Amino acid sequence: MGEFLQQLMNGLSLGSIYALIALGYTMVYGILRFINFAHGEVFMVGAFVGLWSAPAIADFFGGNLFIAGPVVILLAMVVCSILGVLNERIAYRPLRGKPTIIVLITAIGVSLFYQNFFQSVVGPEPRRFPDLIPQTRVLETDYLIVGSTPLVVIGTAFGLMWLLRFVVLHTKVGTAMRALSFNLQAARLMGINVDRVVAFTFVLGSALAAAAAILFASIYPSVHPLMGLFPGLKAFVAAVLGGIGNLPGAALGGLIIGVTETLVTGYVSATYRDAVAFTILILILLFRPTGLLGSTATEKV
Amino acid sequence: MLRKYWKAATLLGVVLVSLLISQVEGSFNQYIFQIVIYAGINIILAVSLNLINGHTGQFSLGHAGFMAIGAYTAAVLTRDVVGSWGMWIGFPVALIGGGLMAAVAGVVVGIPSLRLRGDYLAIVTLGFGEIIRVIIQNLDFVGGARGFAAIPKLTDFFWVFAIVGLVMWSLSNLVKSTYGKGFLAVRDDEIAAEAMGINTTRYKVTAFVTGAFFAGLAGGLYAHYVTYITPTQFSFILSIEHVMMVIVGGMGSNVGVAFAAVLLTVLKELLKLVPDLLWFLPEWLLRILENRMLLFSILLVVIMILRPQGLFGEGDWVRRWWRKLTGRGRKAEATA
Repeated sequence: MGEFLQQLMNGLSLGSIYALIALGYTMVYGILRFINFAHGEVFMVGAFVGLWSAPAIADFFGGNLFIAGPVVILLAMVVCSILGVLNERIAYRPLRGKPTIIVLITAIGVSLFYQNFFQSVVGPEPRRFPDLIPQTRVLETDYLIVGSTPLVVIGTAFGLMWLLRFVVLHTKVGTAMRALSFNLQAARLMGINVDRVVAFTFVLGSALAAAAAILFASIYPSVHPLMGLFPGLKAFVAAVLGGIGNLPGAALGGLIIGVTETLVTGYVSATYRDAVAFTILILILLFRPTGLLGSTATEKV
Repeated sequence: MLRKYWKAATLLGVVLVSLLISQVEGSFNQYIFQIVIYAGINIILAVSLNLINGHTGQFSLGHAGFMAIGAYTAAVLTRDVVGSWGMWIGFPVALIGGGLMAAVAGVVVGIPSLRLRGDYLAIVTLGFGEIIRVIIQNLDFVGGARGFAAIPKLTDFFWVFAIVGLVMWSLSNLVKSTYGKGFLAVRDDEIAAEAMGINTTRYKVTAFVTGAFFAGLAGGLYAHYVTYITPTQFSFILSIEHVMMVIVGGMGSNVGVAFAAVLLTVLKELLKLVPDLLWFLPEWLLRILENRMLLFSILLVVIMILRPQGLFGEGDWVRRWWRKLTGRGRKAEATA
C-alpha cells in the first residue's frame, strides 16, 4: 500500500508535467490544426536555459532557492516564449493554409534541427541539473515518505494551469484565442489580428513547456539534447487522450499518462515504459477518437 | 511488341547485370561498394514508402518498424530454419518470410489508419514503430537489447539490385494500372473517390501491406549485410530519413524518390569527409557540418517552404528536359 501511494505520488508529479506540455500542443492544434512537433524541443531548450542560468541566479540570491527557483523558471519561460514565436514566424507562418502534411513535415524538420544543433554545438552527453527545490521531507510515516519535490512540482504545475485558465477565459486575448479556435476566418472578419493571437498562443504554450522542463529536470536531473523527444510525444498522446483542443482534457490526459507510466514502470517492467503512452494512443484512437472530454467539449482553444 | 514488354525486359536486364556484377564484386573498392549496397537498400525503402506517403497520400512515420520486423524475422529464419538450405533457396525464403511478417504488421497498422488522417496517422505509425522496437528489446530469443549477432553475410549486389528492380517494376506498374489509379484517387480527394465507388479502405490497407512487405525485404537484406542488428538501429530517426528521401524526391514520383535515396546516401558519406577536406575551419563549425541530420533538417524545412512538391514532383524539370531531349511525349517519360 505504501509503495502504491509512493508510486501514485511520483505518477502525479510526472503527469502534471506532461499536462503542462500537453496544453501547448492542444492550444496550437485547436487553432492551427497541426501538431507542433518542435514543442518537445522547446521543452529541451527550457531545461538547458535552467541548467546554464541556475548556478548564477542561485549565487545572485545568496543560495536562497525560494527566490532563485521561481526566477529560473521565469527566465526559461521568457527565453522559450521568444523561441516559440520565432519558430512560428520563420517556419510555420509561411505555410499557413498549406496542406497539413506539409506543415507537419516542416514541424518535424524544425524539431530535428534543434536536436541536432544542440548535439553538435553543446554536445550529446547528459549533464546534471542543479537542485532547485529544497530537499526536505514533508511527511514521514512508517510506510510513506513524501518529499518536497513532488509537492512543489504538482503545486507549480497546477498554479500555472490555473493561470492559463484565467488568461483563456477572462482576458481579451484569451477570448480572441477561443474565437480563433472556433472559426479562424470568421474571427479574422471580426477584426481579430490572427497573426498576433497565434503568436500569443505560441508564447503561452512555449512558456508552459519551459516551466515543465525545469520541473522535469528537477525530478530527473539529466539534461541532454534528445530529452524533449519522449516527453513531447507522450504529452501529445495526453492531449489526444483528453480530446485535442480541449484544455481540461489535456490536463486530465497528462495526469492519466503520467500515473499509468509510473505504475507500469514500477510494477511491470521499466523497459516497457516508452511503449505505454503509444499503446494508450492506439487504443484511444480506435475506440474513442474524440478523446475523453472531446465530444462534450464546449470550451475549445 | 518491344514497347509492350520493355519494362519486363528492363527488369530482366537489371537482374542479369546485377548477377554479373555480383560475380566480380570482390574486385571493387569495398568502401564504395558498401555505399552502393546501402543506396540500393535505401531505394527499396524509399520507393516502398512512396507508395504509402506519396501515391496514397497517407503519412507513415513507422517504416523503420516494418524494416525491423523484416530484419529480425529473416535473421531468425536463417539461423533456425533455412540456414542449411543454401544461398539460392534458403536466403530468398528468409527474405520473403521477413517481408510477409512485415506485411502482417502492415495490416495491423493499416486498420487504425482507416479512421485517422494526416498528423494523427503520423503519430500512430511513429508510436507503432517505437512499440515494435520496445517489443524486440524484450524478446530474449533475438538477443533483446544486446542485439542479434553473427547473421551470415548473404546479401550481395545481385540480391539488392534484383529486388530494387523488382520493387521499381512492380510498384510503378501497380500505380500506372487501372487498379492503381485508386491510390491516386484516395490521395487527391478521399470523399470524391469514395463517391466514385472506390473502396478507400481497401486501397489504404493495400498500400500499407505492399509498402511494409518491401520494407521487410529491405530489412532482411540489411540484416544479412551488416550481420549484426540491434533494436536501436531501427529508431524513429531512421523512419525520418526514409520520409526525407520521399520528400526530397517528390511524393509520388518513383524515379525521383529512387534518385533522392541515392543522393542522400551518398551525401551522408560525403559529409564524413568534411573534416579532412575543410581542415582549416574551426572545430565547432566542423562539428555542425559533419552532423548530417542537422543539414537534412534544414533541407527539409527549406524544401517544404520553397518547393513542397519535392525536386522531382509533378511538372518537374527532369521530365520536361527529358521530353525535350527525346522529342517524345508521355511514353518517353516512363523510361526517365
